[in-house]
Amino acid sequence: MSTMKKLWIGIGILALLSPLGVILPKMFGAKGAWGEWGLKEIEKIAGFVPAGMKRLAETWKAPLPDYALPGQGKGPAVESFGYVLTAIIGVVLTAGLMYLLTKLLVRRKNDK
Amino acid sequence: MHIPDGYLGPATYGALYAITIPFWAIASWKLNKTLKTKQAPYLALGAAFSFVIMMFNVPIVGGTTGHATGATLIAILLGPWAAIICVSTALIIQALLFGDGGITTLGANCFNMAVVGGLVGYGIYRLIAARTDVNSTRRRVAGAIAAYISLNISALITGVEFGIQPLLERSATGQPLYSPFPLSVAVPAMAGEHLLVFGFAEALVTALVIKYFQKNDPEMLGS
Repeated sequence: MSTMKKLWIGIGILALLSPLGVILPKMFGAKGAWGEWGLKEIEKIAGFVPAGMKRLAETWKAPLPDYALPGQGKGPAVESFGYVLTAIIGVVLTAGLMYLLTKLLVRRKNDK
Repeated sequence: MHIPDGYLGPATYGALYAITIPFWAIASWKLNKTLKTKQAPYLALGAAFSFVIMMFNVPIVGGTTGHATGATLIAILLGPWAAIICVSTALIIQALLFGDGGITTLGANCFNMAVVGGLVGYGIYRLIAARTDVNSTRRRVAGAIAAYISLNISALITGVEFGIQPLLERSATGQPLYSPFPLSVAVPAMAGEHLLVFGFAEALVTALVIKYFQKNDPEMLGS
Protein backbone atom coordinates (compact mmCIF):
# COMPACT_ATOMS: atom_id res chain seq x y z
CA MET A 1 0.00 0.00 0.00
CA SER A 2 1.28 3.48 -0.82
CA THR A 3 2.26 5.88 1.96
CA MET A 4 -0.45 8.27 0.73
CA LYS A 5 -3.15 5.65 1.14
CA LYS A 6 -1.92 4.77 4.65
CA LEU A 7 -1.90 8.43 5.64
CA TRP A 8 -5.49 8.90 4.46
CA ILE A 9 -6.49 5.84 6.48
CA GLY A 10 -4.77 7.53 9.43
CA ILE A 11 -6.91 10.65 8.91
CA GLY A 12 -10.00 8.40 8.76
CA ILE A 13 -9.05 6.77 12.06
CA LEU A 14 -8.55 10.21 13.63
CA ALA A 15 -12.04 11.24 12.43
CA LEU A 16 -13.53 8.08 13.99
CA LEU A 17 -11.65 8.73 17.26
CA SER A 18 -12.56 12.44 17.30
CA PRO A 19 -15.36 12.01 19.90
CA LEU A 20 -12.55 11.60 22.44
CA GLY A 21 -12.19 15.35 21.97
CA VAL A 22 -15.60 15.88 23.59
CA ILE A 23 -15.85 12.82 25.86
CA LEU A 24 -12.53 13.33 27.69
CA PRO A 25 -13.19 17.00 28.55
CA LYS A 26 -16.59 15.98 29.99
CA MET A 27 -15.03 13.15 32.00
CA PHE A 28 -12.50 15.53 33.53
CA GLY A 29 -14.99 18.33 34.11
CA ALA A 30 -13.26 20.72 31.71
CA LYS A 31 -15.45 23.56 30.46
CA GLY A 32 -14.30 24.74 27.05
CA ALA A 33 -11.49 26.80 25.59
CA TRP A 34 -10.48 30.03 27.32
CA GLY A 35 -11.91 33.06 25.50
CA GLU A 36 -14.40 31.10 23.38
CA TRP A 37 -17.47 31.59 25.56
CA GLY A 38 -20.93 32.43 24.25
CA LEU A 39 -22.74 35.62 25.30
CA LYS A 40 -24.59 33.90 28.18
CA GLU A 41 -21.36 32.52 29.63
CA ILE A 42 -19.53 35.82 29.27
CA GLU A 43 -22.31 37.50 31.24
CA LYS A 44 -21.80 34.96 34.02
CA ILE A 45 -18.03 35.32 34.03
CA ALA A 46 -17.61 39.08 33.50
CA GLY A 47 -20.94 40.21 34.97
CA PHE A 48 -22.02 41.97 31.76
CA VAL A 49 -22.08 41.56 28.00
CA PRO A 50 -19.77 44.10 26.33
CA ALA A 51 -21.79 46.18 23.81
CA GLY A 52 -19.40 45.70 20.88
CA MET A 53 -19.16 41.99 21.51
CA LYS A 54 -22.95 41.70 21.46
CA ARG A 55 -23.06 43.54 18.13
CA LEU A 56 -20.34 41.44 16.46
CA ALA A 57 -21.18 38.04 17.96
CA GLU A 58 -23.88 37.37 15.35
CA THR A 59 -21.70 38.32 12.36
CA TRP A 60 -22.03 34.87 10.87
CA LYS A 61 -24.48 32.01 11.32
CA ALA A 62 -22.58 28.78 10.71
CA PRO A 63 -24.67 25.94 9.24
CA LEU A 64 -23.25 23.30 11.64
CA PRO A 65 -22.30 25.20 14.82
CA ASP A 66 -20.12 23.42 17.39
CA TYR A 67 -19.58 20.36 15.18
CA ALA A 68 -23.16 19.18 15.73
CA LEU A 69 -25.86 18.18 13.25
CA PRO A 70 -29.02 20.31 12.91
CA GLY A 71 -31.63 19.31 15.52
CA GLN A 72 -29.16 16.95 17.17
CA GLY A 73 -30.29 15.67 20.59
CA LYS A 74 -28.30 15.45 23.82
CA GLY A 75 -26.34 12.50 25.15
CA PRO A 76 -22.88 11.04 24.56
CA ALA A 77 -23.92 8.63 21.77
CA VAL A 78 -25.72 11.25 19.65
CA GLU A 79 -23.04 13.88 20.30
CA SER A 80 -20.27 11.44 19.36
CA PHE A 81 -22.08 10.47 16.17
CA GLY A 82 -22.54 14.13 15.22
CA TYR A 83 -18.89 14.83 15.97
CA VAL A 84 -17.66 11.97 13.77
CA LEU A 85 -19.95 12.98 10.92
CA THR A 86 -18.94 16.65 11.07
CA ALA A 87 -15.28 15.54 11.29
CA ILE A 88 -15.72 13.60 8.04
CA ILE A 89 -17.56 16.52 6.37
CA GLY A 90 -14.84 18.91 7.53
CA VAL A 91 -11.97 16.66 6.42
CA VAL A 92 -13.50 16.18 2.95
CA LEU A 93 -14.23 19.90 2.47
CA THR A 94 -10.85 21.05 3.83
CA ALA A 95 -8.94 18.56 1.67
CA GLY A 96 -11.10 19.44 -1.34
CA LEU A 97 -10.62 23.19 -0.94
CA MET A 98 -6.88 22.76 -0.36
CA TYR A 99 -6.57 20.51 -3.42
CA LEU A 100 -8.36 23.08 -5.62
CA LEU A 101 -6.20 25.90 -4.27
CA THR A 102 -2.98 23.98 -4.94
CA LYS A 103 -4.13 23.07 -8.44
CA LEU A 104 -4.61 26.80 -9.07
CA LEU A 105 -1.17 27.58 -7.66
CA VAL A 106 0.83 24.88 -9.45
CA ARG A 107 2.62 25.85 -12.63
CA ARG A 108 3.39 23.04 -15.08
CA LYS A 109 6.89 24.47 -15.41
CA ASN A 110 7.69 23.36 -11.86
CA ASP A 111 7.10 19.71 -12.76
CA LYS A 112 10.12 19.60 -15.04
CA MET B 1 -7.32 29.47 20.42
CA HIS B 2 -10.09 30.16 17.86
CA ILE B 3 -11.11 33.74 18.74
CA PRO B 4 -14.87 34.11 18.15
CA ASP B 5 -16.53 37.18 16.60
CA GLY B 6 -16.99 39.93 19.17
CA TYR B 7 -13.86 39.36 21.24
CA LEU B 8 -11.65 41.66 19.17
CA GLY B 9 -12.55 45.22 18.19
CA PRO B 10 -12.21 46.56 14.62
CA ALA B 11 -8.79 48.14 15.31
CA THR B 12 -7.32 44.77 16.29
CA TYR B 13 -9.06 42.48 13.83
CA GLY B 14 -8.49 44.98 11.00
CA ALA B 15 -4.79 45.22 11.78
CA LEU B 16 -4.47 41.45 11.94
CA TYR B 17 -6.15 41.01 8.55
CA ALA B 18 -3.73 43.63 7.21
CA ILE B 19 -0.78 41.64 8.61
CA THR B 20 -2.04 38.20 7.54
CA ILE B 21 -3.01 38.98 3.93
CA PRO B 22 0.59 39.71 2.85
CA PHE B 23 1.67 36.40 4.41
CA TRP B 24 -1.03 34.60 2.39
CA ALA B 25 0.24 36.43 -0.72
CA ILE B 26 3.90 35.55 -0.09
CA ALA B 27 3.00 31.94 0.71
CA SER B 28 0.95 31.66 -2.52
CA TRP B 29 3.78 33.21 -4.51
CA LYS B 30 6.35 30.85 -2.97
CA LEU B 31 4.16 27.82 -3.67
CA ASN B 32 3.46 29.06 -7.19
CA LYS B 33 7.20 29.11 -7.81
CA THR B 34 8.03 25.73 -6.29
CA LEU B 35 4.97 23.49 -6.06
CA LYS B 36 4.84 20.40 -8.24
CA THR B 37 1.59 18.76 -9.40
CA LYS B 38 2.35 15.57 -7.47
CA GLN B 39 2.62 17.59 -4.23
CA ALA B 40 -1.01 18.77 -4.34
CA PRO B 41 -2.36 15.63 -2.59
CA TYR B 42 0.14 16.16 0.25
CA LEU B 43 -1.12 19.68 0.86
CA ALA B 44 -4.71 18.40 0.86
CA LEU B 45 -3.65 15.79 3.40
CA GLY B 46 -1.85 18.38 5.53
CA ALA B 47 -4.88 20.69 5.64
CA ALA B 48 -7.18 17.76 6.48
CA PHE B 49 -4.81 16.68 9.27
CA SER B 50 -4.78 20.18 10.73
CA PHE B 51 -8.59 20.27 10.62
CA VAL B 52 -9.11 16.94 12.37
CA ILE B 53 -6.33 17.27 14.97
CA MET B 54 -7.92 20.53 16.19
CA MET B 55 -11.06 18.53 17.06
CA PHE B 56 -9.12 16.63 19.73
CA ASN B 57 -9.77 18.89 22.69
CA VAL B 58 -7.37 18.07 25.50
CA PRO B 59 -8.84 18.81 28.93
CA ILE B 60 -7.25 20.35 31.99
CA VAL B 61 -9.00 18.70 34.95
CA GLY B 62 -11.78 21.05 36.07
CA GLY B 63 -10.40 23.75 33.78
CA THR B 64 -10.29 24.62 30.12
CA THR B 65 -9.58 22.67 26.95
CA GLY B 66 -7.09 23.21 24.13
CA HIS B 67 -5.67 21.38 21.17
CA ALA B 68 -2.74 20.89 18.82
CA THR B 69 -2.81 22.58 15.40
CA GLY B 70 -0.37 20.54 13.32
CA ALA B 71 1.28 23.78 12.09
CA THR B 72 4.85 22.85 13.06
CA LEU B 73 4.50 19.31 11.75
CA ILE B 74 3.19 20.47 8.36
CA ALA B 75 5.95 23.09 8.18
CA ILE B 76 8.58 20.40 8.79
CA LEU B 77 7.14 18.05 6.16
CA LEU B 78 5.92 20.48 3.48
CA GLY B 79 7.66 23.75 4.32
CA PRO B 80 6.52 26.84 6.26
CA TRP B 81 4.67 28.45 3.33
CA ALA B 82 2.64 25.32 2.67
CA ALA B 83 1.89 25.15 6.41
CA ILE B 84 0.51 28.70 6.40
CA ILE B 85 -1.85 27.85 3.53
CA CYS B 86 -2.83 24.41 4.92
CA VAL B 87 -3.66 25.58 8.45
CA SER B 88 -5.43 28.71 7.12
CA THR B 89 -7.60 26.52 4.89
CA ALA B 90 -8.58 24.37 7.87
CA LEU B 91 -9.37 27.52 9.90
CA ILE B 92 -11.52 28.94 7.07
CA ILE B 93 -13.64 25.76 6.89
CA GLN B 94 -13.90 25.67 10.70
CA ALA B 95 -15.12 29.28 10.83
CA LEU B 96 -17.50 29.18 7.86
CA LEU B 97 -19.09 25.78 8.45
CA PHE B 98 -18.80 25.08 12.15
CA GLY B 99 -18.66 28.54 13.71
CA ASP B 100 -15.31 27.62 15.32
CA GLY B 101 -13.54 30.98 15.29
CA GLY B 102 -15.15 34.13 13.95
CA ILE B 103 -15.25 35.77 10.52
CA THR B 104 -14.08 39.20 11.70
CA THR B 105 -11.35 37.40 13.64
CA LEU B 106 -10.31 35.02 10.84
CA GLY B 107 -7.26 37.14 10.01
CA ALA B 108 -6.23 37.06 13.68
CA ASN B 109 -6.76 33.32 14.02
CA CYS B 110 -4.83 32.58 10.82
CA PHE B 111 -2.01 34.86 12.00
CA ASN B 112 -1.82 33.25 15.44
CA MET B 113 -2.06 29.60 14.45
CA ALA B 114 -1.04 29.38 10.76
CA VAL B 115 1.51 32.17 10.23
CA VAL B 116 3.17 32.19 13.65
CA GLY B 117 2.74 28.43 14.09
CA GLY B 118 4.23 27.58 10.71
CA LEU B 119 7.11 30.07 10.62
CA VAL B 120 8.22 29.80 14.25
CA GLY B 121 7.85 26.02 14.25
CA TYR B 122 9.89 25.67 11.08
CA GLY B 123 12.61 28.07 12.21
CA ILE B 124 13.18 26.34 15.54
CA TYR B 125 13.10 22.89 13.93
CA ARG B 126 15.77 23.86 11.37
CA LEU B 127 17.87 25.42 14.10
CA ILE B 128 17.88 22.30 16.29
CA ALA B 129 17.80 19.64 13.56
CA ALA B 130 20.63 21.37 11.69
CA ARG B 131 22.40 18.87 9.43
CA THR B 132 21.70 15.78 11.50
CA ASP B 133 20.71 12.52 9.85
CA VAL B 134 17.06 12.30 8.74
CA ASN B 135 16.56 9.20 10.87
CA SER B 136 18.17 10.59 14.03
CA THR B 137 16.45 10.97 17.38
CA ARG B 138 17.54 14.60 17.32
CA ARG B 139 15.07 15.21 14.46
CA ARG B 140 12.16 14.00 16.59
CA VAL B 141 13.33 16.00 19.60
CA ALA B 142 13.78 19.06 17.37
CA GLY B 143 10.22 18.62 16.08
CA ALA B 144 8.81 18.25 19.60
CA ILE B 145 10.63 21.31 20.96
CA ALA B 146 9.73 23.41 17.90
CA ALA B 147 6.07 22.36 18.21
CA TYR B 148 5.97 23.14 21.95
CA ILE B 149 7.55 26.57 21.58
CA SER B 150 5.61 27.59 18.49
CA LEU B 151 2.21 26.71 20.00
CA ASN B 152 3.16 28.63 23.13
CA ILE B 153 4.15 31.71 21.14
CA SER B 154 0.82 31.45 19.28
CA ALA B 155 -0.99 31.26 22.64
CA LEU B 156 0.97 34.18 24.08
CA ILE B 157 0.15 36.37 21.08
CA THR B 158 -3.52 35.34 21.30
CA GLY B 159 -3.49 36.27 25.00
CA VAL B 160 -2.06 39.70 24.20
CA GLU B 161 -4.72 40.26 21.51
CA PHE B 162 -7.43 39.45 24.07
CA GLY B 163 -5.75 41.47 26.78
CA ILE B 164 -5.33 44.75 24.88
CA GLN B 165 -9.06 45.02 24.12
CA PRO B 166 -10.03 46.83 27.37
CA LEU B 167 -7.14 49.24 26.74
CA LEU B 168 -8.13 49.98 23.15
CA GLU B 169 -11.89 50.22 23.02
CA ARG B 170 -14.28 51.33 25.75
CA SER B 171 -17.78 52.77 25.84
CA ALA B 172 -18.48 56.35 26.97
CA THR B 173 -18.98 55.01 30.49
CA GLY B 174 -15.62 53.23 30.46
CA GLN B 175 -16.93 49.71 30.02
CA PRO B 176 -14.89 47.44 27.72
CA LEU B 177 -16.58 47.06 24.32
CA TYR B 178 -15.02 43.73 23.37
CA SER B 179 -13.10 41.06 25.31
CA PRO B 180 -13.41 42.45 28.86
CA PHE B 181 -10.39 40.76 30.49
CA PRO B 182 -7.20 42.76 31.01
CA LEU B 183 -3.71 41.63 29.98
CA SER B 184 -3.04 40.53 33.58
CA VAL B 185 -5.82 37.93 33.21
CA ALA B 186 -5.74 36.99 29.52
CA VAL B 187 -1.99 36.47 29.12
CA PRO B 188 -1.43 34.21 32.15
CA ALA B 189 -4.57 32.22 31.25
CA MET B 190 -3.59 31.63 27.61
CA ALA B 191 0.13 31.20 28.25
CA GLY B 192 -0.27 29.07 31.39
CA GLU B 193 -2.59 26.45 29.96
CA HIS B 194 -0.45 26.00 26.85
CA LEU B 195 2.83 25.87 28.81
CA LEU B 196 1.40 23.29 31.21
CA VAL B 197 -0.64 21.05 28.95
CA PHE B 198 -1.53 21.86 25.34
CA GLY B 199 2.03 22.53 24.19
CA PHE B 200 2.87 18.93 25.08
CA ALA B 201 -0.02 17.69 22.92
CA GLU B 202 1.46 19.54 19.93
CA ALA B 203 4.96 18.21 20.75
CA LEU B 204 3.74 14.62 21.05
CA VAL B 205 1.76 14.67 17.80
CA THR B 206 4.71 16.20 15.95
CA ALA B 207 7.28 13.73 17.29
CA LEU B 208 5.05 10.71 16.63
CA VAL B 209 4.37 11.63 13.00
CA ILE B 210 8.06 12.43 12.39
CA LYS B 211 8.85 8.97 13.73
CA TYR B 212 6.31 7.48 11.33
CA PHE B 213 7.95 9.23 8.38
CA GLN B 214 11.45 8.24 9.53
CA LYS B 215 10.33 4.63 9.42
CA ASN B 216 8.16 4.65 6.31
CA ASP B 217 9.02 7.58 4.04
CA PRO B 218 12.20 9.36 5.22
CA GLU B 219 12.40 11.24 1.91
CA MET B 220 9.59 13.50 3.16
CA LEU B 221 11.92 14.78 5.87
CA GLY B 222 14.36 16.03 3.24
CA SER B 223 18.03 16.24 4.04
